Amino acid sequence: MPMDANEIERLIKKKLPDAQVTIRDLAGDGDHYAAEVVSAEFSGKSRVQQHQLIYEALEGNMGGTLHALALQTSAPDS
Amino acid sequence: MSENEIHDWIRKQVADNDVVLFMKGTRQFPQCGFSSQVVQILDYLGVDYQDVNVLEDIAIRDGVKSFTNWPTVPQLYVKGEFVGGCDIIREMFQASELQTMLTERGVSHGQQPQMA
Repeated sequence: MPMDANEIERLIKKKLPDAQVTIRDLAGDGDHYAAEVVSAEFSGKSRVQQHQLIYEALEGNMGGTLHALALQTSAPDS
Repeated sequence: MSENEIHDWIRKQVADNDVVLFMKGTRQFPQCGFSSQVVQILDYLGVDYQDVNVLEDIAIRDGVKSFTNWPTVPQLYVKGEFVGGCDIIREMFQASELQTMLTERGVSHGQQPQMA
């Protein structure tokens, strides 16, 4: 079952309360999203660690319920 | 095979080959757009790599996700270290970081980084 963009944003902010989250529904099918996430939690972390934080936030939905979420992560001012 | 045996097998693949791409499909016939993008980047850079088609074995498909704590495929390994999935590889390629990283780790590729 597809996942709602608001639900993705809610889960990310639950894990990273300071996050600025921008989500685009790429195909209009509720299954292919791109998310841009800016959070101070990312500073000093590698890209892999940054994406792993997001995947943790999504509580196992990534790769299952959520087929495609293109991620772009960064810390503020970087 | 148990999950431990699968992880041992993955560990051996990434130890025995400088560059390993776990992907859906093969480098000749990628079966997923994300896998295809990484193949295109590696081929463009002229990197020699070992492809592993996770669609051939559900145990490997699940095993590589738990091995890396990374829920999606493709997954690229260089010199035994997980570098990233499609988004990270594309970002690194566009910033020329991938080319620099390959050079620094002694992996030959056709594109040498430009000197500033």
